[in-house]
Amino acid sequence: MSTALEHPTYNYKVVRQFAIMTVVWGIVGMLLGVILAAQLVWPQLNLDLPWTSFGRLRPLHTNAVIFAFGGSALMATSYYVVQRTCQARLFSDKLAAFTFWGWQAVIVSAVITLPLGYTTTKEYAELEWPINILIAAVWVSYAIVFLMTIKQRKTSHIYVANWFFAAFILTVAVLHIVNNAAIPVTAMYSISIYSGTIDAMVQWWYGHNAVGFFLTAGFLGMMYYFVPKQAERPIYSYRLSIVHFWALIMIYMWAGPHHLHYTALPDWAQSLGMVMSIILLAPSWGGMINGMMTLSGAWHKLRTDPTLRFLVVALSFYGMSTFEGPMMAIKTVNALSHYTDWTIGHVHAGALGWVAMITIGSMYHLIPRLFGRTEMYSVGMIAVHFWLATIGTVLYIASMWVNGILQGLMWRAINPDGTLMYTFMESVEASGPGYIVRLIGGLFWIVGMLIMAYNVFRTIQRSEAVQHPIPQTA
Amino acid sequence: MDTGTFRGIITFLLIVAFLGITWWAYSRRRKPDFDEAANLPFADDDDQTTRDSSASPRSIREQDNNGDSRTNQGDRNT
Repeated sequence: MSTALEHPTYNYKVVRQFAIMTVVWGIVGMLLGVILAAQLVWPQLNLDLPWTSFGRLRPLHTNAVIFAFGGSALMATSYYVVQRTCQARLFSDKLAAFTFWGWQAVIVSAVITLPLGYTTTKEYAELEWPINILIAAVWVSYAIVFLMTIKQRKTSHIYVANWFFAAFILTVAVLHIVNNAAIPVTAMYSISIYSGTIDAMVQWWYGHNAVGFFLTAGFLGMMYYFVPKQAERPIYSYRLSIVHFWALIMIYMWAGPHHLHYTALPDWAQSLGMVMSIILLAPSWGGMINGMMTLSGAWHKLRTDPTLRFLVVALSFYGMSTFEGPMMAIKTVNALSHYTDWTIGHVHAGALGWVAMITIGSMYHLIPRLFGRTEMYSVGMIAVHFWLATIGTVLYIASMWVNGILQGLMWRAINPDGTLMYTFMESVEASGPGYIVRLIGGLFWIVGMLIMAYNVFRTIQRSEAVQHPIPQTA
Repeated sequence: MDTGTFRGIITFLLIVAFLGITWWAYSRRRKPDFDEAANLPFADDDDQTTRDSSASPRSIREQDNNGDSRTNQGDRNT
């Protein structure tokens, strides 16, 4: 990287590295998703090999999109935002570089070990114990770099985005360490220290808070910086953002049991999870309204600015999936939706509609600035990407709603004599058309991401071309 | 103290904490501080110095273009 790009105060190198890897891992993770969607339409695509079977590629897909794509995006934006709003350089360049290379090492080991079949079987925590130790080391370093940068700030306030990032970093450290507590048996095999129902409860305390803190609080940090920045006006209500923060982190912690409705988990714990999930609607929508209302008086900017469109539509999908989530946590609704494709649709309304779109919007704001420009190579390509992503998400979630309700109704349908009306296989056959529509939605997404990669590549290339031939700036 | 009473007390304390935070956040005294904090993303004017088109003053161009600055912040002129 040319020295002309180096910022006098801030460490942009690590931000650039994470930003570029966000795009790379986004493509890898979503391509895996498209392959899996295709396998559900044409099962022969598993090639009859163990390494490419659905059961091994699925955790690779989830790890790649959540921890590789989402994780890189969160680290890029949190390092950028904390420096810009604290007006201080990152605490330690060396430790920041360790978080980058360490995190990439974690992802590469996931890419190798998951297809080989090494897994703890804990959803979203499949990686085996040696990798978990590396994750813990990287994460603690990340926490040190982030929190020490806040400590060295030149401003008197800690901007609200940093509160969300800090809560995300601290909570994920606790979640990861507690849930992965295990006794190693061999180099790549371990047994959880929890057993039975306790194991399930710890796992979903982890699992739901991974959603609440990794995929929500972290990305809300992004929202609180990049929406005001791109809209060129401060957040609608700073007071609301404080209430939003404390209410969200206090309530999210208790929602995990809704993943275990009608299981061996004690009934009171299930009901508690349900009630807390419903209460969660309030802080979620408070945050969404705060982001949306930032646009009030500036809605016309959406016409000309596709980056802002990404950010605002992300908030709409956030509002939609945080309404859907509490509804699905109600036990009677869950009795229909659980174990069906509705859940998959709900996850992707959040993952594609909220997480990926807020990330992409933030990246389109961030990347040109990291490379000494104010705008991406092509604004038109951002607009094309926006429509591909939006249509892709709508196709995905609509097909999964149809499939999910169809499956739920078929599974519970009984004949007058009490026997099941349909075999499981009949519900799989009925899901076929939905799987094709989902695959098309996924293809829309991957094409959009490839357009983004080309746009990013040209933005960086042009920035280097501009930096070099001018002798007087050197 | 039985478990039910204990849980009740915890719930009560959390409600008090929530109301306290809300009262604190919305107190009139905090308003100027929060306004300042809300503008932190804009306090850093680093953006201006790296603008490709910083040669021409932005404010004049904005007046010409009804305040919609994004369209002419692009780098077409490089």
